[in-house]
Amino acid sequence: MDRKQCCVKLSVQPSRGLMDEKFIVLVQNALPGSQLTIRALHQCEDGHSWEAFGHYTADTTGTINEDPSIHGTYSGVEQMGLLWSLRPIPGSKPGLRMRKKNIQTPMEVTVSVYQGHQTEGFADLVPLSGVVVERWYMAPGVRRIPVTEGGLTATLFLPSGPGPFPGLLDLWGGGGQLVEYRAALLASHGFASMAIDYLTSKFTMKTGKMVDNQYFETAYRVLQQHPQVCGSKIAMIGLSFGTSMTLKMAIYSEVIKLSAAVCISGSHVQPVEGSVEEIMGFFQKNAGKTRFNEKNEVIWRDLLLPISTDPSLKADVGRLQCPLLLVVGEDDQNWPAQESALDIKEMMARAGNSHLLTVLSYPNAGHLIEPPYTPHARSSTFKTVEIQEKVMCLWGGQTVEHFRAQEDAWKKILVFLRENLYGGRKPTSFSHL
Amino acid sequence: MRGFRFIRGTMWSVTRPLLQECTLTCYRLLSAMTQAVPPILSVTPSRALVDEKFQVLVENLPPGCPVTLCSLHRSEDKDDWEAYGHYVSDHRGVVSVSEDLSFGGTYTGKEPMGLLWSMRPVPGSRKGLRLRKINVCTPMLVNISVHSGHEGFRDRTPLASALAERWYMAPGVKRIDINKQGVQGTLYIPPGPGPFPALLDMWGGGAGLLEYRSALLASRGYVSFSLDYLWSEYLSADVEFKYFETAFNIIRNHSQVIPDRVGILGSSLGSMVAFDLTAYSTIIKPRCIVCISSNHYHPPGTTLKAGFKILSKHFHKAHFDENNHMSWRSFALDLIADPSNNVEVGRINCPMLLVNGCDDQNWPTVETAEEVARLLREGGKEHLLSRLAYPGAGHLIEPPFSPHFRATKFIILNSKEKVILLWGGHTKAHSDAQEDSWRKILSFLQLHLYHSPSVKANL
Repeated sequence: MDRKQCCVKLSVQPSRGLMDEKFIVLVQNALPGSQLTIRALHQCEDGHSWEAFGHYTADTTGTINEDPSIHGTYSGVEQMGLLWSLRPIPGSKPGLRMRKKNIQTPMEVTVSVYQGHQTEGFADLVPLSGVVVERWYMAPGVRRIPVTEGGLTATLFLPSGPGPFPGLLDLWGGGGQLVEYRAALLASHGFASMAIDYLTSKFTMKTGKMVDNQYFETAYRVLQQHPQVCGSKIAMIGLSFGTSMTLKMAIYSEVIKLSAAVCISGSHVQPVEGSVEEIMGFFQKNAGKTRFNEKNEVIWRDLLLPISTDPSLKADVGRLQCPLLLVVGEDDQNWPAQESALDIKEMMARAGNSHLLTVLSYPNAGHLIEPPYTPHARSSTFKTVEIQEKVMCLWGGQTVEHFRAQEDAWKKILVFLRENLYGGRKPTSFSHL
Repeated sequence: MRGFRFIRGTMWSVTRPLLQECTLTCYRLLSAMTQAVPPILSVTPSRALVDEKFQVLVENLPPGCPVTLCSLHRSEDKDDWEAYGHYVSDHRGVVSVSEDLSFGGTYTGKEPMGLLWSMRPVPGSRKGLRLRKINVCTPMLVNISVHSGHEGFRDRTPLASALAERWYMAPGVKRIDINKQGVQGTLYIPPGPGPFPALLDMWGGGAGLLEYRSALLASRGYVSFSLDYLWSEYLSADVEFKYFETAFNIIRNHSQVIPDRVGILGSSLGSMVAFDLTAYSTIIKPRCIVCISSNHYHPPGTTLKAGFKILSKHFHKAHFDENNHMSWRSFALDLIADPSNNVEVGRINCPMLLVNGCDDQNWPTVETAEEVARLLREGGKEHLLSRLAYPGAGHLIEPPFSPHFRATKFIILNSKEKVILLWGGHTKAHSDAQEDSWRKILSFLQLHLYHSPSVKANL
């Protein structure tokens, strides 16, 4: 088994896929029963290297296909393990998180197969075979359109085709910036999606003032009036602080009429009449409840606990008129998403609109429930717009369960959006045919 | 709901008035719907290699609704190519090109890839066009759209559309211009550490350097050298022969190539060069050869261009069909009847795969293959030969899902005269041949260039 194998064939299909598509890794022509390592290597935009690997044994035909990894950064039969278990290579800076900024180019991953069961020193080894795989956030034909109308700092992604398409407003959390990748991916699935920077917009950076409710209403209007958007079918998706904004707009805005809302890893606890600034301030007031774990990582989940019984401090979900999908990680260390979901459920049951609510709750999943097949960050360096210094923030989640939560939640989010934005048509009878 | 199942495949048993009524209802439904939300069209995978299949799916239509699926491609020469199929949605409002029958259009029946292989120039285009990608570093873009109704679908704006990318190059494949020891061409290298088995890839006459097949072969794990060999005038047949030997050795000696795993793949005139090199060279030994549209006509001591001059002297005997398209087949048959005009293929000692179309109107390739078989049999070497002869296929056997060209413009090398050459083939049969032969070519190459029988014997 020490003889160097030649002509081992490795293939990854598809070689170019969307970020949320699965691939199949196939090794052929290896020596039957030989020990092999399959490894993925990716250099992210920040220049950091990430790797994942699995240890395999070729079968009697010299093939590895849907076989279990015995050991590595993932184990068992894990079709996508080479992506979701990616972690910074040894010696990397701590607290890294992988997020693609430029979504017009693909994420490139080199997948290689090595002789033996290797765990380190890959850079000094010559692989038996290697391929390059591209992972895209944008499907061909998706158009990326920067939006500055009405003072917005936003990007609209339009699916290919004439439309009209249902629309989606896409909000991220307290770190601010204009984060485009989820909106690009949603456009690849047929939704005209607008990613909005509502904390570090050009307006805020210039004036030092936070945006008000009108900013979101402007975004809604711009989307609604776009000739390729179906104005009566607009939804909103928010993560973390984005959930607070989503619930605020869904319930209280006179202008925004949503067909559906998706709230990930967030809470309904907020001063009801509060502006964006006031809501942020409300969280800051509770900063004393910040905890630290043994690694000195910041835990912010207690800031909103216990869930208030004061109705002026909770978005009145009983008034919601559109379907709401809540996605919760039960190991969320950053927001009390699970406790909030339970309270939301109670409030809606009392108000009689709980038929609108669906809760997806995932044991051992953390705060950052993102589209699937990117690495899990249990903690990472983070800077909110309020606290200008970088801290090591604990997000939570156990890698395997967090990945499964992401995979499951994403599928269900797409079905939820499809049903509420594309569906609603009863098939006509054609019995005379 | 069972009642709707019979719609698939039995539509023509429904009378026309019913179809028209159904169509009108659908138009009304569809226009009402598109003010709300349109149908959803998806092509999966949206980015693929040209020899990979895709699935085209339309959802969210009214049930039993006639629609037309259409593909559109603008070539590098700015010609528009299209294909279309007429479908009827099922009770769930779904049309699946992979599962459903097309009732008419540029293809009929259950044809998952019909929107690609049945493409032809749009009405009003120039005559005699051929679709071949020159720049393989970018993908071929195909716009797939769905239109309401069957007749007159072009007059209506599409209900939905999606863009598909078709690539000749897999990610990580490297492209290198070669200009070495007088040899010109382009080398494609697969991703990975190597070394790899390799191929000398040669096309026929009538075009400049074509790289797409080599790019695709590199995407399938072979270092592939697309050789440019018709650009210069050689002093003699010997000098020309040395050009090909040098080209082969350049590949063989490349640091990323396994020296005893180099084969030759040639089509049309390129297949003649493959026969010639393998039969006569004392310094190069291909591990295997693949000849597509086999041609072994090579009057001794002539360069390719001189041989072509001889050929052109017989053009007055060419047969012109009802469209005035020129066929060389019949006079070529006379030429190859004289064995002294042909390469002595009986001298070949390596495995060979011959791929031919039975409706080849350009060259008697099937007869050539039969002659090769006979000569090898005489030498007790028939076990080296595999032959594929596809009924209804023509001369231009390309990678799968490429459109079929029955006749195209051709510039006669010496005279610069343009004619329309008849290549032959009937589209559906020809496309099936392209798809099947490519699979078989790849498995033949895998067997002879990747698997290592000698190593297995040692285990």
